[in-house]
Amino acid sequence: MPSPVLSDSTLLLITAIAAVVAAIAIVAAVGFRLTRSQRDLGTEAEHATFATLHSAAAAGEHLRNGLQPAGALKASRQLRTLLNCAAFAMTDDARLLAWDGTVTAAGQPGSDVVMGLAAKTLGNGRTQVATLDGPLRGELGLGQNGTELKAAVICPLKVESRVVGCIVVLSGTPTAGLVRATNEVAAWVSAQLELAELASSRSLLAEAEVRALRAQISPHFIYNSLNAIASFINTDPQRARDLVVEFADFTRYSFRRHGDFTTLAEELRCIEKYLLLENARFGERLQVSLRIAPEVLSTVIPFLSLQPLVENAVRHGLEAKVGRGLVQITARDLGAFTEVTIEDDGVGMDPEQLRQVLAGRQDGHHVGLRNVDARLRQVYGDAHGLTIDTGVGHGMLISMTVPKNQPGHDA
Amino acid sequence: MNPAIGYTALIAVSLATTAIGFYGLRISRTTSDFYVASRTVKPWWNASAIGGEYLSAASFLGIAGLIVISGVDALWFPIGYTAGYLMLLFFVAAPLRRSGAYTIPDFAEARLESPVARRVTSVLVVAVGWFYIVPQLHGAALTIRTTTGLPSWVGAAAVAVVVCLTVVTGGMRSITFVQAFQYWLKLTALAVPAIFMLLLLAGTPDSAAQLATTPPAGGILPPAAPVTGASVYGTLSLMVALLFGTLGLPHVLVRFYTNPDGAAARRTTLIVLGLLSVFYLFPTMYGVLGRAFLPGRDSGGFPDATVLLLPGALVGGPLGDVLSALVVSGAFAAFLSTTSGLVVSLAGVISQDVLGGSVRGFRVAAVVAAVVPLGIALVTDSLALAGSVGLVFAFTASTICPLLLLGIWWRGLTDAGAVAGMLTGGLLCGAAILFGSQLGPEAPWRGVLVQPAAWTVPAAFLVAVLVSRATRHRRSPSVSRFMAKLHVPERPLAVDEPRPQGG
Repeated sequence: MPSPVLSDSTLLLITAIAAVVAAIAIVAAVGFRLTRSQRDLGTEAEHATFATLHSAAAAGEHLRNGLQPAGALKASRQLRTLLNCAAFAMTDDARLLAWDGTVTAAGQPGSDVVMGLAAKTLGNGRTQVATLDGPLRGELGLGQNGTELKAAVICPLKVESRVVGCIVVLSGTPTAGLVRATNEVAAWVSAQLELAELASSRSLLAEAEVRALRAQISPHFIYNSLNAIASFINTDPQRARDLVVEFADFTRYSFRRHGDFTTLAEELRCIEKYLLLENARFGERLQVSLRIAPEVLSTVIPFLSLQPLVENAVRHGLEAKVGRGLVQITARDLGAFTEVTIEDDGVGMDPEQLRQVLAGRQDGHHVGLRNVDARLRQVYGDAHGLTIDTGVGHGMLISMTVPKNQPGHDA
Repeated sequence: MNPAIGYTALIAVSLATTAIGFYGLRISRTTSDFYVASRTVKPWWNASAIGGEYLSAASFLGIAGLIVISGVDALWFPIGYTAGYLMLLFFVAAPLRRSGAYTIPDFAEARLESPVARRVTSVLVVAVGWFYIVPQLHGAALTIRTTTGLPSWVGAAAVAVVVCLTVVTGGMRSITFVQAFQYWLKLTALAVPAIFMLLLLAGTPDSAAQLATTPPAGGILPPAAPVTGASVYGTLSLMVALLFGTLGLPHVLVRFYTNPDGAAARRTTLIVLGLLSVFYLFPTMYGVLGRAFLPGRDSGGFPDATVLLLPGALVGGPLGDVLSALVVSGAFAAFLSTTSGLVVSLAGVISQDVLGGSVRGFRVAAVVAAVVPLGIALVTDSLALAGSVGLVFAFTASTICPLLLLGIWWRGLTDAGAVAGMLTGGLLCGAAILFGSQLGPEAPWRGVLVQPAAWTVPAAFLVAVLVSRATRHRRSPSVSRFMAKLHVPERPLAVDEPRPQGG
């Protein structure tokens, strides 16, 4: 059976492609090197400045997530070269995070020893210079190359005047220059930590905002639904019962507490219940058409992000319209994205007014739209807000595009 | 053969595909249809779609061609193609569906939390896809040449253009139904002529007698070599390639996301096994009939064209023309469905990793995904469709399969390990295939090199495991959470809980 499955021409082609790719890669690498090396010209002092700035920038990168052992260790390496000291340690308020230096015999000294050294600074928030006496040297495990080390400079790290940790520098003689340099480094690290805290509070704020924006079931809808159901209780008890059951289902979905995300399929079921209830009020006036590609039903979307759009179409588009109104819901598969559109042929609205509403400058009607738009932007970025086409008397077409792959979001 | 048959079949299949793509999902205008619309794809539909996408030129034309050349040995191919789904069923289908990642690079990034691993996976997926599309285009070229007499490039170009147009214009909107239709079309296109041919043969004692008295050289089926002969290794290696290669095919995996949950993904795979088993009866039948009745099969012609020529040769007349048209349309369905499935999944990967993931980028990427293999297909010439597809399976098994299996079942896999494993497998397998085809037929290591899966797949796994062990500190911190997501059954999708019924 083994027959030559690749002919000579195939082979030649593959070899040629491989050669071309390799050649391009080599040229690119060499060119990159050349352009880099030309940029390195400069005086000695400039070199020193570049090196310092580079160390600082690299250390700042590692402190982006606050005081974490892994990042602190990488930053300590950069900062030790910056201070040119024998050993550099970083602690938070309870334990040793990172120790960089070659002077200790057996790697890193015990966390409690260093914390003992730092206790005073952590307590009063002032820079200390400690003398390394015999027993302390033993505890720190200073070996042969550490004999000339006489002192430790300990500077506090402060975030909003709260001491969150400290840096410890071991050196031969604690010159005023070293103390000052250590203080400056500590101030710089503190600034980085404040930035990190700012970043984390910004993401907390974003989360809180999403939670606050989580759509609420509309009070008008409850009132209208209960009235509609009441009107059927005498004339058509079975229908009234069915409607109450639908109402219960709808409220259960919209009152659920867990999770900020759901699937398109679940959201569509919620919309189905909603429309059944609205149908009790509108009767034949409300027509609905759906085109849903089954491939996208399992797409994860923010919880209650479609229902407010449908409610907007019914309440603001069709309620004011005379005669029949049609709501069209479509979901399409766009490769890596899912596009959902909701279109009504109702009264529409002035685009300028809509812009005001979406920008948050006008309250009142259509707040549901703004809410959904803000959440989509918050979760998927500014490119994924609502796209709305409308005009007075021309209905409204709302579309949203969400990525299918959202590994971090559980429905 | 009458050229009109070829044209008619090609145009009919293209139109039917496009029409179903556009109109497959019209839904009427009342709220009561809501339930119908939001209902997820049933496993039966999805299984048909997977079958439609999976049964490529290699299955439709290649297997019969191989049987004509080498007899019983070729039966290992359908066995491997089908049994690969058993592996998929056991090890990959449900967890991958639960992972929520839409492409294999998405999975790599989510599991390993490493953009580098994602890049490497993307490159490999694109390479696998391109080399899988090439045999489809070769099949199209062969079909056009055999049925219409036009130059071969017309067939390859026609398939590439039709696929590009449908994908770019969004004509594959209801792709599940298009692909499901393609499966049944392929099955019908092989089954109906086969039944006619068997009836005809049963009705004419002459031919049966001819078959009995003057068997073709070497018997209708030469004795099986793999168990007794020297090709035990070759057979084993082929089975490894096909069993593990199925796990990593990009266009097959993406279908599983249409299933609402992991359990449905398993059910779908089970049905696929059945559908494939039924399908593969027919190429085998064609191969045997081809050996017996198609003259000149060993005369340097194109054995892969056996399926296309057999109905015309055996039945003849207007009925023969109709049956030929049916077979040709089935063959085009095979090229179109596999190619479009691959182009869609490759376009997803390319647009996300290179073009920033916009909708317009997806269209550009779709064209790139179709044009590059077209270029390769035009300047190359394949001798055996089943064989070249088998090599693609070997490559997939050596690269993407370790990532998926270890990623799903071993929490120790690190990004460094996965990348090292994939690169090792890819380099070894690629080099073996290239060098193997250089060697003369009598070279001692040729068998080992032309069927490399038996040693490249274990090597890739081994390297992935060893490097992962050496780089324990690189384990993704969220691996436990991700593993739980993969293996814990999810809540059912949009299913009503039972309600207490009262009066």
